[in-house]
Amino acid sequence: MTRKVAIEIDGQRIEVEQGANLLQVARDNGIDIPGLCYHPRVSVSGACRLCVVRIAGRPSLVPACTAEVVNGMEVIAFDEELDSMRRMLIDLLLSEHNCDCMTCESAGNCELQDLAYRYGLDNRTRRFIAREKVLPNPDLSSPVLNYDPSKCILCGRCVRACDEIQGKGVLSYAYRGLETVVVAGLGEWETSECDGCGECVQLCPTSAILEKLPLRPPRSWEVKKIQTTCSYCGVGCQIEMWVKDNEVVKVRGAEVIPNYGSTCIKGRFGHTYLTKDDRLTTPLVRKNGTLEPATWDEAMAVIKERLLKIKDGHGPDTLAGLASAKCTNEENYLFQKFMRASVGTNNVDHCARLCHASTVAGLAAAFGSGAMTNSIAELEYAKCILVTGSNTTETHPVIASLIKRAVRYNGAKLIVVDPRRIDLVKYAAVWLRQKNGTDVAWMNGMMNVILSEGLADESFIRERTEGFDELKKVVEQYTPEKVEEITTIPAEKLREAARIYATAETSSLVYSMGITQHITGTDNVLSTANLAMITGNIGKASTGVNPLRGQNNVQGACDLGALPNVYSGYQKVADPAVQEKFEQAWGAKLSPKAGLTVVEIMNAAAEGKVKGLIIMGENPMVSDPNLNHVEEALKNLDFLVVSDIFLSETARLADVVLPAASFAETEGTFTNTERRVLLLRKVINAPGEAVPDWQIICKFAEAFGYQMHYENAAQIMDEIARLTPIYGGIHHARLVPDGLQWPCPSDDHPGTVYLHKEKFSRGLGRFHPVDFIPPAELPDEEYPFILSTGRILFHYHTGTMSRRAEALNAFVNEGYAEIHPNDAARLGLKDEGRVKVRTRRGEIETKVKATEKVAEGSVFVPFHFVEAAANRLTNDALDPKAKIPELKVAACQIEKA
Amino acid sequence: MVEKRTSQLAELIEPYAGRPQELIQVLREIQEELGYLPKEAQEEVAQTLGVPLSRVYGVITFYHFFRTSPVGQHTIRLCLGTACYVRGAAQVLQTLQEELGINPGETTVDYKFSLERVACFGCCALSPVMVVDNTVHSRVTPAKAREILSTYQGS
Ligand code: SF4
Ligand code: SF4
Ligand code: SF4
Ligand code: FES
Ligand code: FES
Repeated sequence: MTRKVAIEIDGQRIEVEQGANLLQVARDNGIDIPGLCYHPRVSVSGACRLCVVRIAGRPSLVPACTAEVVNGMEVIAFDEELDSMRRMLIDLLLSEHNCDCMTCESAGNCELQDLAYRYGLDNRTRRFIAREKVLPNPDLSSPVLNYDPSKCILCGRCVRACDEIQGKGVLSYAYRGLETVVVAGLGEWETSECDGCGECVQLCPTSAILEKLPLRPPRSWEVKKIQTTCSYCGVGCQIEMWVKDNEVVKVRGAEVIPNYGSTCIKGRFGHTYLTKDDRLTTPLVRKNGTLEPATWDEAMAVIKERLLKIKDGHGPDTLAGLASAKCTNEENYLFQKFMRASVGTNNVDHCARLCHASTVAGLAAAFGSGAMTNSIAELEYAKCILVTGSNTTETHPVIASLIKRAVRYNGAKLIVVDPRRIDLVKYAAVWLRQKNGTDVAWMNGMMNVILSEGLADESFIRERTEGFDELKKVVEQYTPEKVEEITTIPAEKLREAARIYATAETSSLVYSMGITQHITGTDNVLSTANLAMITGNIGKASTGVNPLRGQNNVQGACDLGALPNVYSGYQKVADPAVQEKFEQAWGAKLSPKAGLTVVEIMNAAAEGKVKGLIIMGENPMVSDPNLNHVEEALKNLDFLVVSDIFLSETARLADVVLPAASFAETEGTFTNTERRVLLLRKVINAPGEAVPDWQIICKFAEAFGYQMHYENAAQIMDEIARLTPIYGGIHHARLVPDGLQWPCPSDDHPGTVYLHKEKFSRGLGRFHPVDFIPPAELPDEEYPFILSTGRILFHYHTGTMSRRAEALNAFVNEGYAEIHPNDAARLGLKDEGRVKVRTRRGEIETKVKATEKVAEGSVFVPFHFVEAAANRLTNDALDPKAKIPELKVAACQIEKA
Repeated sequence: MVEKRTSQLAELIEPYAGRPQELIQVLREIQEELGYLPKEAQEEVAQTLGVPLSRVYGVITFYHFFRTSPVGQHTIRLCLGTACYVRGAAQVLQTLQEELGINPGETTVDYKFSLERVACFGCCALSPVMVVDNTVHSRVTPAKAREILSTYQGS
């Protein structure tokens, strides 16, 4: 328990928590003690000595940043002697600094410059003559940043930021004495382990480390700084966009929840696509086979005629719509409202089907609510973290850094269960390398150990759950030895992992698509829930079942009802009371029949049962499994309309393409993976005639003769709040500064940090016994390798945005296949050479990456690259419950190209 | 040849696997064996001990003892201690750098000379002092340094 104590600084009485950092306390209370090496997010070094103060009873001066507050502490922060010391120290720093503030990019945003000014150290009053320093040349080798030693004050904030916040340790000091500099890797950024996250840029107080930008970008006072939400993944990092003349010139992390200033390379350097010349700026209408520019009126007239013809001729269920996990909550809500109320069908879905449909289905069945149970920040304090099927370092980089911090600084034990040797393995106490697609087996095995060794939380099972006896019967059969046969995980290791997970004070389970994208996806998710409940690891801080959602707003798109069986807030279309409520609110007759899912829509299109398709910002031509089939399906449609910001692979096949505004050109909200609704602000104007999707949807409604009129996105959110209990208290005005986590049922509700505290959303937690079922397609003589697909750090989804960002392409700009070096040698494949990967559905040619990251007999292909599209290969076999395809396992052959 | 060195390296480094605190020790052993620390050795050390590359680089550049290029046929050690410095060692260094086209710690492309700086040989009476292999040259001036270098031409 923290204890409040009282201290005095320069006669000002302050009440604070015992042990707080004195410098931070002073600054928080408006006492601006100078200091350059201190930063609240990294450890204290006490190197610059600028923050020295007098503390009564201590014999010598003390750097405030190294002092912890104790009761009755009396501090003098400013007197003549202290000030003259500080002057001298700054003077010394300036004597070694390349003081060309006149032409320095950081002028106006530089802590050193501010101090020089504050202490009046102009050329006449400085006492130390500039010393000649022999310094190496600036390191300009990184694609995203530059380091200039002549501007470096050796405060070490970058070194500690890279090591402590990011867990990468790329930076260090080199040489010594006057020649000391900061270096990356073996003296060069380009070949170092740096992945371009920019944390060092964020923390550098001067211009020594800066973003690599065109020459002389506008300076701090020339730009508007606008906080918004990053659109590159489900973490929902808050970023500050610096804008001048309708252009985003720089991006910094905003020092607030959930990322506190951190980002990954995509958030900081990946938004240059916004102003690319090939943005869509006018509607396009297909005339004589080619897409040609048209006016909005023309385009809407064609849409109206063609869609209504299909609806009137064949019925509303021959139309379908794909909403988008990239669009805002407001847009997803409106989209499903439009499909349901004005088209009259529940055929609305989006690509969550391909990533977390099984999460929504599984967790809803077990707990009553299908989302991350706990919050991102809690991970840092969990005593055990089990990560499975998530290459967190690449897919949710900011969350991965929290996991590393939990291990390095808070004594957490990390268990990684993954067929690939992912980065987190380095931090793991135990790594279980299961055979792809055998997840139910190892989880049952862990539960078997937990039960047989008496490690289960019996009172939790008794009081909070149901169905335990059935679970027990199934789990009893999965002895570690049997599980070893199925999964190849050594029985002893499985036992070790089970003990760690079950006995830690708090255990948090984190998973992602390695769990969900299987024909047994729902079973896998149910197993994670079983595991958490059997050990009582749910309903408390730093525990829980935590699916990391991939796309920026995939949580929100699900929450707002862009799913075929539920309205917003998971209210079932089949429930008559719900149906009546929405019929009244929307003034339309609604269908109680659940609609088609993504893959079913494609199948129906191929069979001619779905004739018209409306796609908002999705790109199934790269994202969906078995692309050859998707292509056939889309070509078989009578009418396809796509709204997007670029002419995507899917838009190329459309009859009408509509230009949409990007996330930086519209207002609204995204819901991140921890259920936090975060504001999106309009940062720049959309190019040409592009308009936000919510306005496009209103135009659609109008074409269908249904009235939809909103002044702005906030008004749409108010309607959502009225109709959606879990969003009941969410309004734009309440989202500053930290957003709100649902459930937030009323205007005075503070939001919910973790779910299922005293009671599960469904009452009792339900155990679901599940048996192991092998993947739909296993290696055989003809197709002897296991193929798995996934994401990488530098790109996002189908690459429409990320592959137009130079910084990201500088790191990776082509697809590849990871193959174990032994397999490569056996097949005569050279690292960096070409290879053909073939499955029963298709073939791609790509580059070989020989690496021990994959196990022998396995191949991994990232799916972002259309020219080597992994989804030409993947299997569209479906999980029967959630209809999610098995993107993680297929049988393939490989051969030298 | 390359392969031989790789296996030799692995043998040297392996005992220190996962022991970052032994970084200096292992670097010293490799340098003893190979005469310098090739880049691949630095990388291998970082990986096997589990330390970032930059820490290896930091240590290597901090101690003048470590070299990152192979030693030449002849090693020139120039003293830059106080006495030698006062008597013009800096100008001698300048001359050597110009003549050889290398900085201290480096080796000429033809592997003939390596250049190193030393703090004090303990024979300040002879300053400035320059030692080539085991031969001590005293009272060295830029001109004398050039002359000494020329005696090694062709050898
Ligand atoms: S880094 Fe700061 S002090 Fe240095 S030149 Fe730039 S603005 Fe001036
Ligand atoms: S960009 Fe990130 S990884 Fe690279 S050096 Fe800076 S903090 Fe480290
Ligand atoms: S680069 Fe910046 S943060 Fe790093 S030591 Fe130099 S001044 Fe400090
Ligand atoms: S800020 Fe306290 S010593 Fe630098
Ligand atoms: S200073 Fe050169 S030998 Fe002593």
